[in-house]
Amino acid sequence: MSIVEKAYYSPAGRKVAAKAGLAEPPRLRRGREFPHGPIVLAPLGSSNLVADALTLLGRAHEAPVVDAGADAPGYGDRIGALVVDATDVGTVAELEGLRAVLRPAVRGIERSGRIVLIARPSTGRGWEADAVARALDGINRTVAKELRGGATATLIYAHEGVEAGDLVSTLGFVLQGRSAFVDGQSWHIRHGGATVERLADRPLEGRVCVVTGAARGIGAAIARTLARDGATVVAVDIPAAGESLAAVANEIGGTALQLDITAHDAGARIAEHVAARGARIHAMVHNAGITRDKMLVNTDAARWASVLDVNLAAEMRINAVLLDPDVAGGMADDGRIVGVASTSGLAGNKGQTNYAASKAGVAGLVAAMAPDLAERGITANAVAPGFIETEMTARIPFVQREIFRRVNSLNQGGQPIDVAETIGYLVDPASQGVTGQVVRVCGQNMVGA
Amino acid sequence: MHHKVVVVGGNRIPFAKAGGPYARASNHDMLTAALDGLVARAGLAGERLGEVAGGAVLKHPNDFNLTREAVLSSALAPETPACDLQQACATGLETTMYIANKIALGQLTNGIAAGVDSASDAPISVSDPLRRILLQASRARSAKERLAAFAKVRPAHLAPAAPRVAEPRTGLSMGDHQALTTTRWHIDRASQDELAAASHHRLGEAWGRGFFDDLVTPYLGVTRDAVLRPDTSVEKLGTLKPAFGGPDGTMTAGNSTPLSDGAAAVLLASEEWAAEHHLTPWARIVDAEVAAVDHPGGADLLLAPVGATGRLLARQGLTVDDIDLFEIHEAFASTVLATLKAWQDEDYCRALGLDGPIGTIDRDRLNVTGSSLAAGHPFAATGARIVPTLAKLLHERGPGTRGLISVCAAGGQGVVAILEAV
Repeated sequence: MSIVEKAYYSPAGRKVAAKAGLAEPPRLRRGREFPHGPIVLAPLGSSNLVADALTLLGRAHEAPVVDAGADAPGYGDRIGALVVDATDVGTVAELEGLRAVLRPAVRGIERSGRIVLIARPSTGRGWEADAVARALDGINRTVAKELRGGATATLIYAHEGVEAGDLVSTLGFVLQGRSAFVDGQSWHIRHGGATVERLADRPLEGRVCVVTGAARGIGAAIARTLARDGATVVAVDIPAAGESLAAVANEIGGTALQLDITAHDAGARIAEHVAARGARIHAMVHNAGITRDKMLVNTDAARWASVLDVNLAAEMRINAVLLDPDVAGGMADDGRIVGVASTSGLAGNKGQTNYAASKAGVAGLVAAMAPDLAERGITANAVAPGFIETEMTARIPFVQREIFRRVNSLNQGGQPIDVAETIGYLVDPASQGVTGQVVRVCGQNMVGA
Repeated sequence: MHHKVVVVGGNRIPFAKAGGPYARASNHDMLTAALDGLVARAGLAGERLGEVAGGAVLKHPNDFNLTREAVLSSALAPETPACDLQQACATGLETTMYIANKIALGQLTNGIAAGVDSASDAPISVSDPLRRILLQASRARSAKERLAAFAKVRPAHLAPAAPRVAEPRTGLSMGDHQALTTTRWHIDRASQDELAAASHHRLGEAWGRGFFDDLVTPYLGVTRDAVLRPDTSVEKLGTLKPAFGGPDGTMTAGNSTPLSDGAAAVLLASEEWAAEHHLTPWARIVDAEVAAVDHPGGADLLLAPVGATGRLLARQGLTVDDIDLFEIHEAFASTVLATLKAWQDEDYCRALGLDGPIGTIDRDRLNVTGSSLAAGHPFAATGARIVPTLAKLLHERGPGTRGLISVCAAGGQGVVAILEAV
């Protein structure tokens, strides 16, 4: 810890920092905990979709306070969440309905509360409807920026045909503390075909999930979280990381597979390991990744190739093997592939051309794979972490690190568990309707929107 | 044997020279690490295994229950019983046979055989006179009696007694003994250095192709055997001065194993248990034989495995031609070379009571992924290093292929075992 850092974290330093506007960041609600206050449901039309989904979730809901006049009414006690069913909203005039329910809610929401908008996507329903669908995104992003105390806003585009069951895992994730560091985001849900009647506590019971880069940091958190959710985890990392890999595997009752994912037979060895245990893979989580940062003017072919090979090409080679239905120990039907992208890839980041290429590539890959794998019920999604507190980011110089932490709507860095929980949501069998999506876990980082 | 016993996995930590990266690690720490890596690989966290047998040659008095304590520190269920065994450098192979025999008899369905040694953390005890004085003082009933006891302490008593790697009956170190054997069997310097270089090259090649990815788990930041010098050569080894056998000796630090630290473990099971636990059997334990020679009477200290090999092959109705791979523990390069010569020597073999010479083998079937010269030799761990290594090699070659392990040990003893791929 540098002298500057020590001074900053001293009691005196904290006071100075608070005066300078660097207030103590809010403590986020995490885990499978729903909001403490009541969940308010605002249907802006005749749709029962969200009401039915809340019923499946076993959550009671209350009627909203609607702002009709100049003097905005408020909620008595703070509310836990506002969920808006905006699936019937298709005109500019109807957007007023959103304002009217959002205004009191934003004022009256608890710390780590949730604003959730469910709407139809822009899919050729006419010029105005499509414009309105996009307008909702602007509303969501802005509300997320205005909310305080760790409260977040999320927009879910529910495509035609989506039933209440399709929404259960998503709505459960967004309302619970698992989505703590997901803010200002929107993603799409289609009808998944799976019958979902409730939110499972251990949705991965009896399923094999493979996690690469599992020896430490975000990967270890993913392994622990999937194991907590019932999965039998195959923890993969390079042989040199074997000691901590073994500790993670033993802690969660999984197995350790020491493997360089860039080896030509990496996919085959994963499949062999799983097949020997008489199983197929429910979820393949490609978390392993490296950085070889240099400004482009100093980036040679070796730095370029190693990052692209580990972060993107190796993942594609492994997928190719595991997706072969004839490979024993390969992906199960209705399986899940998750890539780990990065806000650096989505927004670009100085000194990371190679990394940005690989991570944006991951986002492109899952979008491309999703429609092709739909027939087998296999989904492909990615998470894009922003600034996450890990051993890797702890090495960033203090001042720079503190800036990275602060430039998002939640005023802090995320935790590895936040990335892990988002992946846990994506690999949930109930998330059948979520595919081809990239969910940022970045606290609405100012970059990479 | 009633039940088929199969090797379903193994794990060791990288071996290192004494006083190196594991200088501050105890036998307990290293054995626990070896067990934990095996548990992680096989997915056995929290499982109650049948039994764990382990041991160390250099052992602190407080480690009287070394293996059981390591089990308690490991990720295994605390209800997993354990025992300590010791047969010098053959300990790791003898623990393997102990567990294998129990499985064969139906007393166990599974177990772990292990071995560990730290030459860095060797126990140092006080001299015998001082020990007697201290014990007398501790029995004293008054301060006066205690003082009287301490008054007997003389400066010479205070010199600590470190364990010696010397044969109690001959006073010769193992290297000195082997130097006699080297001369007796006319083993020249060049062939010793060639064998040592081959050991390093083969072990290096095996590391390079990822062979040890599922046999070794890094420990304390060491990711590969620290003794290994893949770029060594006969020329480089040829420059080393003799370490044993006087100024004209042919045995050097390069063609003798260094004092080492490390731990290794083997997972053994009945076929049924392996299937239930979704573990792939690599090879079955066919049979084993233990032997000893009269080294105080002049026999070669480290050639006891020769008699065991002959008797074991005869009992199984096999010859060396039926064996695909040989693992002869490289205590010294000249031990391996003398063993090979002894196998071919009709008179020597007949004197051991065998029907004739054991035979001649091709070097490319011997120690194909290197052995103790390159890997290092933490005494008790070596057998538990070789068993899974050979089992995996046989598994790669396909069902029915056989391998023979020959490990020499202090006290003029040796253990030999045969494995067959399933």
